Amino acid sequence: MTLVLQQLIIGLTNGMVFALIALGYTMVYGILELINFAHGDLFMLASFVALTLVGMLSIADLHGGALFGALLLVVAACALFSGGLNWTVDRVVYRRLRSAPKLAPLVSAIGVSFIFQNLGLFWGGLSMDVMGGGVAAAAPKAFPDLLPSDNLLGEGSALRITMKDVVVVLSSLAVMAGLFLLVRFTKLGKAMRATAQNPTAARLMGIDVDAVIGWTFAIGGALAGFAAVIYGLYINTIHYQMGYQNGLYAFTAAVLGGIGNIPGAVLGGLVIGVVRAFSDQAIGAEWQPAVLFSMLIVILVFRPQGLLGSTMREKV
Amino acid sequence: MDWRSLARRFLGFESVALAFLLLYPLAPFLDWMLESQQLPVRLDRQLVTIFIFAILALGLNLQVGTAGLLQLGIAAFFAIGAYTAGVLTVEKYPFQLGFWGALLFGPLVAGLAGAALGAPTLRLRGDYLALVTLGFGEVVRVVLINLESITDGPRGLNPIPAPWLPEWLVSTEIDPTGRRQVLVMYYLTLWILVALVVAFRTLERTRLGRSFVALREDELVSACMGLNPTRTKLIAFAVGAAIAGLAGVLYATNLTTTAEPNTYDFNYSIMVLCCLIIGGLGSLRGALLGSLVLIGFDNVISPLLTRLIQGEPKPGEVQSVFTTFSNWRWIIFGLALVLMMRFRPNGLWPASRSHPEPRA
Repeated sequence: MTLVLQQLIIGLTNGMVFALIALGYTMVYGILELINFAHGDLFMLASFVALTLVGMLSIADLHGGALFGALLLVVAACALFSGGLNWTVDRVVYRRLRSAPKLAPLVSAIGVSFIFQNLGLFWGGLSMDVMGGGVAAAAPKAFPDLLPSDNLLGEGSALRITMKDVVVVLSSLAVMAGLFLLVRFTKLGKAMRATAQNPTAARLMGIDVDAVIGWTFAIGGALAGFAAVIYGLYINTIHYQMGYQNGLYAFTAAVLGGIGNIPGAVLGGLVIGVVRAFSDQAIGAEWQPAVLFSMLIVILVFRPQGLLGSTMREKV
Repeated sequence: MDWRSLARRFLGFESVALAFLLLYPLAPFLDWMLESQQLPVRLDRQLVTIFIFAILALGLNLQVGTAGLLQLGIAAFFAIGAYTAGVLTVEKYPFQLGFWGALLFGPLVAGLAGAALGAPTLRLRGDYLALVTLGFGEVVRVVLINLESITDGPRGLNPIPAPWLPEWLVSTEIDPTGRRQVLVMYYLTLWILVALVVAFRTLERTRLGRSFVALREDELVSACMGLNPTRTKLIAFAVGAAIAGLAGVLYATNLTTTAEPNTYDFNYSIMVLCCLIIGGLGSLRGALLGSLVLIGFDNVISPLLTRLIQGEPKPGEVQSVFTTFSNWRWIIFGLALVLMMRFRPNGLWPASRSHPEPRA
């Protein structure tokens, strides 16, 4: 029983990260019907920004309030970086392809993803003394363990809930709540929902659709930036290829929840996190990609609209 | 007559195939020149690699280019072909059918796998199909890694025997350097490639070939005209997978090993797609040109440039990540994809008659 509970905690905490990345996928897909392949790699690049900042500001030496403030600074910088980068990519690459066949932006996104991955490799080749990472360019980099990982239930307890888990879960929930409020109650959110529903009609109503799409990319990117910091603090290792797999898991989460559906993405992320934790426990971590990708195939075949999505027919 | 039609007239497949047929005797000379410069490239072996890759690209072209089914996991079928060849020929297993048996069964198994995956999934919308195939590719790779008792895990199945040929042709006494063995692979892969190109050109004019294109251009209309979309798609998908399996058999035979499962990863699938997009989706000659450009870049130009930048390798010296040219390859391929989509979506050498617009 303790084991199950423990895996549940691990899964839910990990799931928060997937949910945050999945939101970026689902928002962009909801509006453009584009699988933004580069999103996972954007997350990876943001984690390198986070590691670089942590190294340059010597955050590992800080404690208490100073540490908290510095981490907030890192989060803000990463969110700004990846939001800005995502916005720029949309502006430079995808916006030109709005009227092209749907294959064009998808292939471009794959291209951008590879450019990002290569940049991540080069980033790892920079002087590691500043960043406090590994040695070789392609090697995984150690992200300093900044959050306290004492067991909150006392050292004697079999179940382990650490301050780290609590920080990850609560901060993610806060960010998601913020996103929800933004989409639900602001003018921009209303414009986003309108654009997702019908871009042409939205444009006729005076909505600057391109600007709204740009904002969507920026917000989705910023969420990935936040997720990158959380991931670094929680997993403590980053790698230039981690964007691909985590991105695909997150996309699976988005599809599972019903693509284009914001609460669905969060739910899907949590489910993916929990499934991953239990499959690692029961089947073995080496089978993890096989389990999750088989799950992706099964969902797409039997319930392509996801858990919360409604059936939609392909437009002619 | 502009230069395009002139080029078309003189650059037919026949003349290109003939050129390659006659080119081979030059390869030892070119290799000798490269070797005398101490350069790390063997040209004749690279040409075999390019032909095999072109066969794989033709298989993917049938799926993505001709039939408009966005497939992101072609490496899986390539791997299935390679591992079928491994299981059927290596000493570890009782089959030992040799190369020619593998050449028969490799495509068959890969084609069946394609049909099995395609049957439930081909009715999905384009981008969902892309994800399913991507997921399938990853599942196959992970299974190959983890079923170590069957696949020998990271070591790969080996040694895979060379095609059986009469002793007088390839015995080690006559051919101590193994160059004749390379020659055999060269002509074998070249002729399979030529045969496939001829078959595909014929296919373009048949009812089936036209129904692939019709389906790609508008599924609803072609269904209204009496085509059976599911069956037609399934044929394209399974045949494309079988050709990828054929390429896999040749690949493993050429390497004499199935290589490690991680060879057949997502990046490999994207490499093949990349070469179609550079050459021109749906265009046979584009697929050939793309393979030449991509593999030529990867296996010939990139090592040569690295040597040029870094100079002679010294033992124990660690080179910076930036001066090894192959480390730039994904930036270059990625940029190529983005720029092609923006400025030349039909590729460098598109098909002359129709401009494919596969819908994702």
